[in-house]
Amino acid sequence: MIPRIYIPGDSGALALGADKVAKAIESELAARGVEAKIIRNGSRGAYFLEPMVEVATATGRIAYGPVQPSDVKSLFDSGFLTGSPHKRWLGDPAKIPFLARQTRLTFARCGVIDPFSLDAYERLDGLKGLRKATTMQPADIVREVTESGLRGRGGAGFPTGIKWKTVLDTPADRKYIVCNADEGDSGTFADRMIMEGDPFVLIEGMAIAGIATGATKGFIYIRSEYPHAVAAMNKAAAIARKAGVLGASVLGSSYAFDIEVRVGAGAYVCGEETSLLDSLEGKRGEVRAKPPLPAHKGLFGKPTVINNVISLASVPVILDKGAAFYQNFGLGRSRGTIPIQIAGNVRYGGLFEAAFGLTLGEIVEEIGGGTRSGRPVKAVQVGGPLGAYFPRALFDTPFDYEAFAARDGLIGHAGIVVFDDTADMLKQARFAMEFCAIESCGKCTPCRIGSQRGVEVLDRLARNIEPEKQLALVTDLCNTMKFGSLCALGGFTPYPVMSALTHFPEDFKPAPVAEAAE
Amino acid sequence: MALQPASTEIATRTASIIQQMQGLEGPLLPILHGVQEEFGYVPKEALPVIADALNLSRAEVHGVVSFYHDFRKNPAGRHVLKLCQAESCQSMGSDEVADKLKKLLGIDFHETTHDGSVTLEPVYCLGLCACSPAALLDGEPIGRLDDVKIGEIVREVRT
Repeated sequence: MIPRIYIPGDSGALALGADKVAKAIESELAARGVEAKIIRNGSRGAYFLEPMVEVATATGRIAYGPVQPSDVKSLFDSGFLTGSPHKRWLGDPAKIPFLARQTRLTFARCGVIDPFSLDAYERLDGLKGLRKATTMQPADIVREVTESGLRGRGGAGFPTGIKWKTVLDTPADRKYIVCNADEGDSGTFADRMIMEGDPFVLIEGMAIAGIATGATKGFIYIRSEYPHAVAAMNKAAAIARKAGVLGASVLGSSYAFDIEVRVGAGAYVCGEETSLLDSLEGKRGEVRAKPPLPAHKGLFGKPTVINNVISLASVPVILDKGAAFYQNFGLGRSRGTIPIQIAGNVRYGGLFEAAFGLTLGEIVEEIGGGTRSGRPVKAVQVGGPLGAYFPRALFDTPFDYEAFAARDGLIGHAGIVVFDDTADMLKQARFAMEFCAIESCGKCTPCRIGSQRGVEVLDRLARNIEPEKQLALVTDLCNTMKFGSLCALGGFTPYPVMSALTHFPEDFKPAPVAEAAE
Repeated sequence: MALQPASTEIATRTASIIQQMQGLEGPLLPILHGVQEEFGYVPKEALPVIADALNLSRAEVHGVVSFYHDFRKNPAGRHVLKLCQAESCQSMGSDEVADKLKKLLGIDFHETTHDGSVTLEPVYCLGLCACSPAALLDGEPIGRLDDVKIGEIVREVRT
């Protein structure tokens, strides 16, 4: 058998030099006259080990990482094609502590298989959920998803099954499934990883959603900052179409479903569902007032399921293994698993899929290993640019939608950004306002004007101009934005601002400036 | 600076892009992406052609173009460097990285060097947050930016 070498083609691995490693391995193979098959897999998500190269041996996979092009010659010299020891040797990848501690349901195949091999996908349980769905009544599929307890992984946490039921129950000549892949939150990359590493699972989830609700057309709206994910989804959709997974007869059934990939154009607000729909229609990505709900009047005025990538990618395993299996994981009303993305100034950064319920401290300190800089952790921002900054004092908060809400935070798309003690929280609060000002769609006043005024007030505070007055003003402004904005952009910007102010008041008292002698 | 094509040529090339995409549902964004790919920016001469074809007013098309950060009014440099400035990269010193690159290239964000070699743009998240600070150079990701990698980027865009 020809040896198989797995080198990730995931953007994160590419950013760390995976292509250069692949090139070095290719030329070393050629120079030595050794035959081997190079497979470009996705990433398993342990980015501190990327580029992580794996070889398939008689006894299973053996991983090496992080591999640099300069390591390649010595890897061959020590016989890595048969899994021999080397200073980069990591052993069985499934036993690497960061990976072994996870519960991989949605990401079971990500980083393991060739993302564009439908055979490899099927060998590891792929298409089982869709096959089952083609034999079920739409209402039964919806019930299965509802009973699994799956909630929208984009951030809002709305029960996915309820959304689907509304679309199923709304009669129309045409319905749509829209996948929100406008993953704009800093600290998040789960959508990108699944699209690059296991694109068929998203296609399968969307096809199941189509059958369940009576929709025949799906759109995947991917942000333009993800060129590799766009290419991967286009390629996978073409393969799925050719294999009859998509098209006029899904897996030979009477159901039709097809997918089109669309690319965003750099507007963060288009991650908001109604703004995304307007953008897909070819308009300015302005937020719509609700009602009507997208489930009643969505894309082109038709009933539309709009779900995040991870929500849809979690559906195949629910259909395959049953609602009870999925529901069994988790805590309280947060059921199943959540791909936590550990990012920023952190030692062991990456994607960690686990059942809900780990504490923030466990995630940051134990799994993440503290800061990359080696300095103490000062704050972690959970849930992207609209998420709250948590101090160490709140590290006992369990990762669960309700527990975070109870502490004036949100888990959002489950990204965690770690900051060390050099972070200036006044600067971070100002950035939150500035970001809102840059990205506001401009439709509602609290967001459009409030964010501008917020930047100015915080600038005055930084210059120590009537600080007490500025603090009262920013608090009042945040209140107005929170309750008066049309969507989460203006409505949630107060979370990072107020949490920074509440938990790190010392940063909002500027150092006394010496009076200039005139 | 690259020479800008004549307006009749822009109209012809835009019309052929429209023709390929007009059948799509909601074709305006794909058309604008196609136009920017063709010219490196969205020339104002292309807007009336698009408006006519899609039965929209010029104001509506202008409104869409100006709403999205991606669409450029002027041609970009031969290289486009997008530097992440979002929170995860901030936690790893993206401010300093931006300052260094601006100084080395002699331009600010949204500017192109005089020799037309590179355009520098801020971007808010590239999904490379576990290897911050990050950038995208002509669509290719670069992570854990440090002085060595900054030097490599500058050398690459200058050649």
